[in-house]
Amino acid sequence: MLTIALSKGRIFDEAMPLLAKVDIRPVTDPQRSRKLILPTNQEDVTLVIIRANDVPTYVEYGAADIGIAGKDVLMEYAGDSVYEPLDLGLARCKLMLAGPRDATNVVGRLRVATKYVNTTRRYFAAKGTQVEIIRLYGSMELAPLLGLADRIVDLVDTGNTLKANGLIPLEHIADISSWVIVNKASMKMKHVRIKAFVQQLAQIVEHG
Amino acid sequence: MRTEDRWLLPEGIEEVLPGQAARLETLRRALIDLYTSWGYELVIPPLIEYLESLLTGTGKDLDLQTFKLIDQLTGRSMGVRADMTPQVARIDAHQLKRDVPTRLCYLGTVLHTRPDGSGGSRSPYQVGAELYGHAGVESDAEVLCLMLETLKLAGIADVHVDLGHMGIFRGLVRQAQLNPGDQSVLFDALQRKAAPEVRARLDQWSVAADVREMLVSLVNLNGDLGVLEDAERALRKASKPVRQSLTDLKRIASLVSQRMAHAPLNFDLAELRGYHYHTGVIFAAYVPGRGQAIALGGRYDDIGQAFGRARPATGFSTVDLKALVALAPEVGAARRGIFAPSSEDPLLAEAIERLRQQGERVICALPGQTGGAAEMACDRQLLLQNGRWVVILL
Repeated sequence: MLTIALSKGRIFDEAMPLLAKVDIRPVTDPQRSRKLILPTNQEDVTLVIIRANDVPTYVEYGAADIGIAGKDVLMEYAGDSVYEPLDLGLARCKLMLAGPRDATNVVGRLRVATKYVNTTRRYFAAKGTQVEIIRLYGSMELAPLLGLADRIVDLVDTGNTLKANGLIPLEHIADISSWVIVNKASMKMKHVRIKAFVQQLAQIVEHG
Repeated sequence: MRTEDRWLLPEGIEEVLPGQAARLETLRRALIDLYTSWGYELVIPPLIEYLESLLTGTGKDLDLQTFKLIDQLTGRSMGVRADMTPQVARIDAHQLKRDVPTRLCYLGTVLHTRPDGSGGSRSPYQVGAELYGHAGVESDAEVLCLMLETLKLAGIADVHVDLGHMGIFRGLVRQAQLNPGDQSVLFDALQRKAAPEVRARLDQWSVAADVREMLVSLVNLNGDLGVLEDAERALRKASKPVRQSLTDLKRIASLVSQRMAHAPLNFDLAELRGYHYHTGVIFAAYVPGRGQAIALGGRYDDIGQAFGRARPATGFSTVDLKALVALAPEVGAARRGIFAPSSEDPLLAEAIERLRQQGERVICALPGQTGGAAEMACDRQLLLQNGRWVVILL
């Protein structure tokens, strides 16, 4: 039995063709179904659809053996509690520091709005800067416009959302893509199955 | 605070209720008997001691896990034990000071500041055994076997054991001549088995090609006994200590298999749990359906050095005995007992006394109480028949 956790949206859309290449296909159409547990053509493989931020939690506690999660989520997740054996290179984007186009130097502590609280704190700590971090759950671009924060840390894909809100990318924090993560105990107890799965995927990622 | 919250316990702090508590105690007694029969002497370390002695030689992880307070008598910092192993090492090094191999076992509650992987508990019930004074693989194999016996006694089936060896990573890092900062970055990536990151970092630091390939190969060196042969091939250019570590692992595996046929041994050469603490082989036990290890162990030579006496040491402990009891299949033994009526008859008191001495569970009714024998979980009761108290089946 192998349970694979992933989130709906871009990661799901880009991972499905990849999983199809290792002959894992959901039997019901996930776009139409509201089911969160999807059986696949392989009897012992199940897909579970959960929120992106919850993927590492499900995998760490062994509720899912394998997960597909963005590096942004993994960097934010505390600890080294899951294995991250493979970079799928999917859903690529960048984690960036951004601010208003006409930003002036800030006197005192910089206020940074983000949902990546841990990553942001680590980034500024490594630079030797103490900042005030404001935790938001979405629409970070609004924060500088309404004076809630001086800067934001967010994922940037095309940069259009930033531009539309009068913001520009300032500093590159990390390259983001989707990784395969594996529960530690599952890797040890189902190593034959899981290693084969990861190796197959690795070959496809490398050779297309 | 709302009144309806007042009875709640702090997060990760549990209590054990009737039924489960009885099973826990039965297992606890059986374990002490098992360890005694293997020559392991019981010690009872203190709940709290000065921070210096509690944390010496154990690394930062344990420091963060330890609840601290100030001793009102001396002004010094004290800590509530978060792990009993260093305490037992201190007892061996400083209290016993023997020259012969010393085998000690211990059990008790420890306290963690944060719930770690052990199913969210902050007050796990730790049980363990340690062997001091012998540096060979034979003692590693002995404590590993004792760990397996412990899990068997707890009724846990389908245990998988995972073995690793600190000497492999240590030796390769030395060969790669990495500075401590880079070492910890590499360590972090290896712990996540993030092969692409491991490779990228080693390239970035321009580590020599053959050492780089050996370090990268660690990520995939996990699985059954065959892995050790793969490792011999992959690590043939490694330094002598690395190859010795591989030989040690092989020896331990064969010693354990000799003693316990079908011991489910697996290997993971990138496993580095307790890197700052362990010095040789490490092992962990897993069961299906549970994401974290249920018992852990390994070699940690010379921890006693901090107390003035370096000794080879190896041992294991269970992560939480409460969790083990919950994992084991429920033994459906019906509760048996004898219900005695409320009476001041001295003959009844005598009968009750006699039955209790025979090991029976006898419950005396209280005047005006609710519920009878069945409600009090008894299958029999004492009745007066022809002037004699006799036990009657319900």
